[in-house]
Amino acid sequence: MIINHPLLGPRDSAEFVYLGAAALMDRPDPETASAEDWHDYAYLRDNPAGPHRELWFHEGGDRSILIVTRDTTTHEITGVELAREVASK
Amino acid sequence: MRYSGFKVIKEALTGHKGWKPAWRDPDPQPHYDIVIIGGGGHGLATAHYLASVYGQHKVAVIEKGWIGGGNVGRNTTIIRSNYLLDGNEPFYEFSLKLWEGLEQDLNYNAMVSQRGIMNLIHSDAQRDVFIRRGNAMILNGADAEYLDLAQIKKEYPFLNFDDARFPIKGGLAQRRGGTVRHDAVAWGYARAADSRGVDIIQNCEVTGFRIEDGKCLGVETSKGFIGAGRVGCAVAGNSSRLMAKAGMRLPIESHVLQAFVSEGLKPVLPGVITFGAGHFYVSQSDKGGLVFGGDIDGYNSYAQRGNLPVVEDVCEGGMAIMPMIGRARLLRMWGGIMDMSMDGSPIIDRTHIDGLYFNGGWCYGGFKATPASGYAFAHLLARDEPHATATAYRFDRFRTGHMIDEKGMGNQPNLH
Repeated sequence: MIINHPLLGPRDSAEFVYLGAAALMDRPDPETASAEDWHDYAYLRDNPAGPHRELWFHEGGDRSILIVTRDTTTHEITGVELAREVASK
Repeated sequence: MRYSGFKVIKEALTGHKGWKPAWRDPDPQPHYDIVIIGGGGHGLATAHYLASVYGQHKVAVIEKGWIGGGNVGRNTTIIRSNYLLDGNEPFYEFSLKLWEGLEQDLNYNAMVSQRGIMNLIHSDAQRDVFIRRGNAMILNGADAEYLDLAQIKKEYPFLNFDDARFPIKGGLAQRRGGTVRHDAVAWGYARAADSRGVDIIQNCEVTGFRIEDGKCLGVETSKGFIGAGRVGCAVAGNSSRLMAKAGMRLPIESHVLQAFVSEGLKPVLPGVITFGAGHFYVSQSDKGGLVFGGDIDGYNSYAQRGNLPVVEDVCEGGMAIMPMIGRARLLRMWGGIMDMSMDGSPIIDRTHIDGLYFNGGWCYGGFKATPASGYAFAHLLARDEPHATATAYRFDRFRTGHMIDEKGMGNQPNLH
């Protein structure tokens, strides 16, 4: 798979480390979250067949974390964003 | 119809006109006591043990495609019971014992071959870890044997003993491990279950569950509604998709695992060999092909095909321990979809919905577990309590902190 890095252009997916669903960016609030919230956050996944927003860490590159939108039934990548830009919106 | 040597000879002399289909092709009845979703190894094994051990005869297995078309026909056919943890080892040893009696139980030649499995050791620390695992296996009634370098050189002279980076220091062998003809497992269980009255309904996709007041009443399918006293789901690979229809989110990600077969060769490998410094395992099929594999690709996938970086990684592992593999040409490669759970261990449990039961999360170790998985799931479906060897495989272990994490990787499914 080729991931079209927003800053570096097309890069081989082998340069990246896969970190799982992008939903993991939405961490429960430590002040208010219950044990059940943490269980759901840490252990349960939507795991869809189809478009999936997911985190890829560019370990063998600029060490940025990307949000890649990829179809899990075809591996087609339809969108790539910098996670830090999404997080700061 | 019982198979026997006499029957084979008789049919050979009479033009093979007396063979009958190994199972029926029935239309679904309106209601069953137990409906199993998924006509793979685990689902069909569940049906067989429900009928043969637990006296359940109003049972159906429903399958969206053809039986045995998923992971039971896509794995590298290895059986073994070399686990460390208490939650796992008794279960896998129970499974290996069932494999040993499988062909007599099913009256079907599944080509169970106890040619042994040998895990290579490459460092002193790894030797300590493997010997500890061997001791855990022996404590649980399995067999394990430490092989020193001289024994390995004698038994496996073709390995690369001249590697400064990954020197071979020894090995942990399980002589009772081996390989099984994987398709025959599905067919044998199907035939045995069918002969006891289980309906195997193919080309019948589940489109939803009928759930009222927290109780599952049956399944909606492409062949209409099928009522059921209890519904068991055994669709590993697609567990999240199926259970989403019941409103559940699972502690599972689906990942693709690739496997490879070389052209047919004369006998070169005496048993199953695994590389301890990378991830590579290989055996030789009775047709002569070298059957091998390695890690999962590492990203969520339902595509049943992988990508090239893992192909390179697997082949590097093969070349590192067994340079002669470089002379063999690759014949086929394919992918299967694994239920990767959050601790690397499976789930066989009730759900929060009455009458709905779940079997999945097999990661990439489901094939060897097929008999015990079916047995334990049948026990759960028939008696509504877990089988003695499967009590740890609960949904709530992630809530209560009782994870069964053989590799100690935490909730990173692609690292198990």
